[in-house]
Amino acid sequence: MPRLKPNAAIGAALVGLLLATILLGFVWTPYDPIAIDLDHPLAAPSAAHWFGADEFGRDVLSRAMLGARISAAIAAGVVAAAVSVGLMLGLVAGFVGGWLDRALMIVNDTVLAFPGILLALALMAVLGPSYGSLILALGVAYLPSIVRVVRAAVLSLREREFVEASRVAGDSGLYTMLRHVLPNALPPVVVLATSLFGWAILSESALSFLGVGVPPPAPTWGNMLSSARPYMERASWLSIAPGLCIALTLLGVNLLGDALRDWLDPRDDG
Amino acid sequence: MSDVALLSVRNLRIEAAAADAAGRAPLLADLSFDVAPGEFVAVVGESGSGKTLAARSILGLLPPGVRQAGGAISLQGQELSGLSQGELRRVRGRQVGMVFQEPMVSLNPALTIGKQLAEGLKLHERLGDAEIRSRCVEMLRRVRIADPEHCLSAYPHEFSGGMRQRIMLASVMLLKPRLLIADEPTTALDTISQREVMELMVELAREHGVAVLLITHDLGVVARYAQRVLVLEKGVTVETGATAQVLGAPAHPYTRRLVDSLPRRAANRSPRGPTPPILEVRNAAVDYPGKPGLLSRGAPKRVVSGVSLSVGAGEIVAVVGASGSGKTTLGRAALGLKPLAAGSIAFDGVDLARMDRDQRRRFRREAQLVFQDPFSSLDPRVRIGETVGACLRHDPDLSAAERRARVRQALEDVSLGGFEDRLPHQMSGGQRQRVAIARAVVSRPRLVVADEPVSALDMTIQLQVLTLFQALQAQYGFACLFITHDLGVVEQVADRVCVMSAGALVEEGPTDAVFDDPQHAYTQALLAATPSRMAAAAAGLA
Repeated sequence: MPRLKPNAAIGAALVGLLLATILLGFVWTPYDPIAIDLDHPLAAPSAAHWFGADEFGRDVLSRAMLGARISAAIAAGVVAAAVSVGLMLGLVAGFVGGWLDRALMIVNDTVLAFPGILLALALMAVLGPSYGSLILALGVAYLPSIVRVVRAAVLSLREREFVEASRVAGDSGLYTMLRHVLPNALPPVVVLATSLFGWAILSESALSFLGVGVPPPAPTWGNMLSSARPYMERASWLSIAPGLCIALTLLGVNLLGDALRDWLDPRDDG
Repeated sequence: MSDVALLSVRNLRIEAAAADAAGRAPLLADLSFDVAPGEFVAVVGESGSGKTLAARSILGLLPPGVRQAGGAISLQGQELSGLSQGELRRVRGRQVGMVFQEPMVSLNPALTIGKQLAEGLKLHERLGDAEIRSRCVEMLRRVRIADPEHCLSAYPHEFSGGMRQRIMLASVMLLKPRLLIADEPTTALDTISQREVMELMVELAREHGVAVLLITHDLGVVARYAQRVLVLEKGVTVETGATAQVLGAPAHPYTRRLVDSLPRRAANRSPRGPTPPILEVRNAAVDYPGKPGLLSRGAPKRVVSGVSLSVGAGEIVAVVGASGSGKTTLGRAALGLKPLAAGSIAFDGVDLARMDRDQRRRFRREAQLVFQDPFSSLDPRVRIGETVGACLRHDPDLSAAERRARVRQALEDVSLGGFEDRLPHQMSGGQRQRVAIARAVVSRPRLVVADEPVSALDMTIQLQVLTLFQALQAQYGFACLFITHDLGVVEQVADRVCVMSAGALVEEGPTDAVFDDPQHAYTQALLAATPSRMAAAAAGLA
């Protein structure tokens, strides 16, 4: 039984807390997250509303619990889409090389040249607002950086002698790529993917702020933060719950990502 | 020589700093030695002997996780071990210079040579820019860099390994230190550059009265240059004394083993009659693609040109040359891993370029490669059993059980029985290289290309691996193209020698003939620069 490292334990606890919050949100929230109570707009934190109420009197804690589900689902979807497609493209570009590499990288770098948020904005305008198109738009926006990282790792691995050894043994290119190159290219991707999780949550809020993200009244941590912004001086508590949620989630995901990278390293015997 | 020691190390003890290391043996125990002004002292040992730690501790450069647990280090009477980082910085460079092993990484690739040379002078002395520049030029000329003015504005990648190491030496000697610590300064270089750098170091040290502490595993270098030698084994000093004394009449069994592991000519490999050639290289030329320019690629660079040679069944042919001579490329081309620009290579009478699918499959099983670097040639995530059996997966005649049996047999052949489930990082360098050999012989090949198979290993391990390789060759009778820069090794294993220089074959013949009566000037220079031959001579063993 490998010894659990403290960082990994904290990461697991935070991610576990997130999952528990999401599950709890399915069966119970303190209030209806979208029920408007115009008698108590911008209510300060109290025994009734632990994290206060927003400008429509909606309970912030309840909204953050529902927002956890939406934000985490979107972020996980974006990461999964970008990483799976990015791995494939990066591997092919780096390993096959030649004109295919050049063609892929020209397209990739062109996409990379656009500000990600602008690209996602344009895609959302074309696709229309839905969770699916949000994931697709952000996934496409973040894809090029993953392709770059994978390709760079593959290019250096391709020159390693064990890849040549696989060729001498008579392995097919596809086998060499999947058995010897892909596993060794994973660690940097894991690190990037954990950061991506955080960027996705924040970008979603930016898109929501611009009106093309998750449509109101459904809450996400991102759009809760942006709608709290005008009341920063009168009701600063509005930002506390979503801000805290994002910070703790990112911390947890990053710690867990580091642990995953260590675990993937064959030299790490715990 | 003065009686006052320049450097005096007393009862130095270095331990791993980890909390659970308390019970373990120290990395370096009770090391004591002196270096007198102007003296040349060598510290010899294999990997893990603690020789590099000893050198680094003098400058307070121990890696993290390792600490000095006791003892004293004094330089000209000044105790170093208690000094603060700031005080140590004044010692580093100014009084003690250090040359590292890897010339490829010890110069900053982003700065010009001039900037890097000037750095130390600016730090330790108050000089005008013109003065700094003239001193740098003078020192570069001294280390025989052609066109030193241009060198100042050039970047490290424009120089070969040997030149970089000379530049490194120049940057250290510019500050006129009292002591030069050289940690395996020539290990990464080929034979001839090795000699150039060593000779230069000795000359400069003598001129400026600098003492040298040389850290090395190469007894050849020690025999030729050092006045005194200290032999370390696993952190313990086993023998110390005058070089001729220690190498000529080793008192400790470990020193004896080190001296014995110097390669030497095999006792008459029985001359073999002509055998049908298994590998035939005819007028082969290999190009490297030119540097990609803005719009088009530059002209290709020819690295092998017009090479013809043949290897008979069961014959060991050595290909010798300096780095950059094209010998490795030739070996890759022989296995069909590099396309030919001209000429042809045939395996068992079939041209590599015209093989059909089945012939190519058979070729992949019958021609194998042993790599130089056992740390790069094994996939860190794949277990040894799978690595060794890789090429058997493509043999349609073998069942899974037969494959496992063959892998077990191959691992036993290299004395690594039961290692199937290990991962590469759980093994030593010598063990890894034995895995690489098992991988090459598991398919019962008819040809093995061995690319510097022992040059990354310690001396005693080199001997083990080489002996093992020879035994397997005798047992299975494969032909071998043995690529190396070490003539000592060639003497020991090869039937025939081909000497390459600048991509061309300059001399070829039976091993004895080439060694006793080298015809080409390049072969003569190579023979003269081979340290293991010099050491054998020094130890009275030739």
